[in-house]
Amino acid sequence: MGSATFADDFRRPGMLHATILRSPFASARIDGINAEQARALAGVMLVLTADDLPGGGPAIPMRLFSQPGMEEYLQRPLARAKVRYVGEPVAVVVAESRYVAEDAAELIEVDYEPFEPILDPLVALDAGAPRVHEHTDSNVAGAIVISNGDLDDAFDRAALVVEERISCQRHAAVPLETRGLAAEHDPATGELTVWGTAKLPHVNRRILAQLLNWPAERLRLVELAVGGGFGARGEVYPEDYLVPYCAIALGRAITWSEDRGEHLQATNHSREQVHDVALALSEDGTFLGLRDSFVNNTGAYVRTHGMVVPGMSAALLPGPYVWGAYHCEARQVVTNKTPGGTYRAPGRYEVNLVRERIIDIAARKLGIDPIEIRRRNLIQPEQIPYASGAHTDGNPVIYECGDFPLLLEKACERFGYEDAVRWRREAVKREQRRGIGVSYFVEKAGIGDYEYARVELARGGRVVVHSGAASVGQGVDTVLAQICADALGVLYEDVEVRHGDTRATPDGMGAFGSRATMLGGAAVSQAAACLRERILELAGRELEADAADVELDGDRLAVRGAEERSLSLAELTERAAAAEAQAGSNEPGLSEEAWFQCRDMSFPYGVQLAAVEVDEETGSIDVVRYLVAYDIGRAVNPMLVHAQLVGGAAQGFGGALLEELSYDGDGNLVSSSFMEYLMPTATDVPDVDILVTEDAPTPLNRLGAKGAGEGGAAAVGATLANAVSDALGVEVTRLPLSPSHVAELVRQSTATQ
Amino acid sequence: MTRTVAVTINGATFEREVEPRLLLSDFIRHEAKLTGTHVGCEHGVCGACTVQLDGTPVRSCLMFAVQASGHSIRTVEAMADGGSETRLHPLQQAFHEEHALQCGFCTPGFLMSLEPLIPALVGASDDEIREAIAGNLCRCTGYQNIVSAVRLAAKRFDAQHGTNGSATGPE
Repeated sequence: MGSATFADDFRRPGMLHATILRSPFASARIDGINAEQARALAGVMLVLTADDLPGGGPAIPMRLFSQPGMEEYLQRPLARAKVRYVGEPVAVVVAESRYVAEDAAELIEVDYEPFEPILDPLVALDAGAPRVHEHTDSNVAGAIVISNGDLDDAFDRAALVVEERISCQRHAAVPLETRGLAAEHDPATGELTVWGTAKLPHVNRRILAQLLNWPAERLRLVELAVGGGFGARGEVYPEDYLVPYCAIALGRAITWSEDRGEHLQATNHSREQVHDVALALSEDGTFLGLRDSFVNNTGAYVRTHGMVVPGMSAALLPGPYVWGAYHCEARQVVTNKTPGGTYRAPGRYEVNLVRERIIDIAARKLGIDPIEIRRRNLIQPEQIPYASGAHTDGNPVIYECGDFPLLLEKACERFGYEDAVRWRREAVKREQRRGIGVSYFVEKAGIGDYEYARVELARGGRVVVHSGAASVGQGVDTVLAQICADALGVLYEDVEVRHGDTRATPDGMGAFGSRATMLGGAAVSQAAACLRERILELAGRELEADAADVELDGDRLAVRGAEERSLSLAELTERAAAAEAQAGSNEPGLSEEAWFQCRDMSFPYGVQLAAVEVDEETGSIDVVRYLVAYDIGRAVNPMLVHAQLVGGAAQGFGGALLEELSYDGDGNLVSSSFMEYLMPTATDVPDVDILVTEDAPTPLNRLGAKGAGEGGAAAVGATLANAVSDALGVEVTRLPLSPSHVAELVRQSTATQ
Repeated sequence: MTRTVAVTINGATFEREVEPRLLLSDFIRHEAKLTGTHVGCEHGVCGACTVQLDGTPVRSCLMFAVQASGHSIRTVEAMADGGSETRLHPLQQAFHEEHALQCGFCTPGFLMSLEPLIPALVGASDDEIREAIAGNLCRCTGYQNIVSAVRLAAKRFDAQHGTNGSATGPE
């Protein structure tokens, strides 16, 4: 229809336009800024640099997983005295049109003294390396060590030890809608409204109120249509402070929207990790110990996610296997690249690659089939719930449900693993090399302690759900309406879902970490169940029957066995209102609210299998068959679960084959448009087969549902790297598997034959 | 410096004084206030801004509004009957039924690119359909359901118009 309102579709009368002047240098001292010409340009209303902001502008805080000392690495809205990455905001311009604002930005003269940038996170670790933040004593912003079992003993006893450096390249969420927002200050009410928020409206209101030194109760955040989130959209970025700040300063409505080039430089990057991993095994392939030391290149500043990405990596590197001993050292390293944060399956896409690759490397050396070596080492159903010994942000990782061997068998059967192995061996054209890849992974879902819901039976019989969860374009409205309809006993069509307005919903967490169905859905289910009780009780009173004898079917309430005694939901609301008015009751209408609390995360799991043909001449990879098998516990809406897994897998293919945020030696982002940053088109991704199982419902919520958002993406890099290694007989140790990278692997392969 | 442009969009003529550098996408979105045409990359790669210029799909971010003066443009808003949400265009209906969109940001571009192609896609293989939509990026769906929707729309078109029928394109 084209009727949805996305951020840049939103307009207010007399609205002004903001644009950001960004640093062209990866590392430079700012010796002076002259904005006189820009301020003098007709149509320009405001130009601000860091010196114009209170205290030079506040540091944007971490909202999760912080460590002492990390605040030294936080970003301020505008660079003060030094820029640390290409794209860092230096000034904000507000003008009558975006065209004029961009003209004015070009007139701002900034006197830069550039320095040699640090781009490689391993170089950044050197004791003699210059520091990205000169007031700190290290480029390591945070560190985690997880250690359990006797690692030395495991490696001493091993029949085989394999060691490898395995890395994942920098890439990012890149939703098709770039970030944008609008802000307006109404002097009459004193209210500041920000439109275009996403993911975390209520959390961001608290953060923004603190940054702007503005009372939270007079700050309203409103979600508009959201053109994809995937972890990156909806965090508090410099612009989320600057645009409202300018709106207050000018007393005018202001809109801002980044262009694609800005998006690629300014919105969170992710996934850049380098691992030194070692696996100790006995002769029969039993895993004795896993040792890993890795760096996560988080770019120039620590943003809102703190240690989340390396933390998730360290917590889920063990996967679904029993390890005699596990030791992992993680370091969050700063460099002169765009700051980082989460992207769908954050930290897991990377470590699934590392773990599943090193297992295959070992299996090949031992001559054990890749499925068989996994089968021998899986955690068994009777060991569940299983404490893996890892932890994240102080919380132990406990796989609360699961039958890992069962899913592996089901996945192999669905994929036709035996047939695939035969297909691989069949004589083919010499230049077409065939390979099979498998990976097994444990996901995490349902992060964020609680969610809020209120379910209301409105006058006229319509059911309205007010949820604290958020939409990022994933279909949460549909799921919440379904859950409400189920729990209440009404028709799906009669349920309306509202969310994403901090004025209309008192509380909430949002949509991230595959949580909206698990926590948002559980809260809705709980509130709807309470409301159902109240409705039946009221109907019983009206129909002069026991509440237990009243049945709700669609929009009609009737007494069981005496169906002529009935009334509609609409009639019930009318009578309830009349009764209340008569009684002079102050009790609100027919409405129930619930906060669903859940401190524990859920751990869904999956298997991915691929059959590929590698073209030796062109270096291209043809994915002949691909399977994502995933245990969801309970699929509230199978079509949406399917869509999440397929869509996630497509992003995984992008990361495995195409996408890379690459930099030149001066720290310029080379892939700064869609000409260089290649996202998969319809011809780049295969048809993905999806096997959703419901063998292990989670006990953590009344639905039994686990998150679906990330399992499609989580292991595509791992699976394709294993398949290509199998096809070529050489070990893939980095992504993406671009044609030039594959051509290099083919050369290695030919040389070793 | 401004120029007068007169562009017919979905049957209505919009005459405005604009700067020659104003992009057609900005003209459609902010002068004609038809925000169903989205901008995803501003250099003609993603296809979100696709509209039909005299019946042919074009990237509205790669044209200036002055270049479209005197021409006729069709945008996504013209597809559903009278802009209604209940009487969808057959292609939109197929997208709806096959769950071919999630966030919906790329959808108008897909619809505008595909609408004139449907007659030619009757009986097409999935590979051919994938080729046909390879000029538009979608970050949510992984394309599988879009392929299904195109297949369904082409099948229905065929049922209504007959194979090799008056395949001159809709409208």
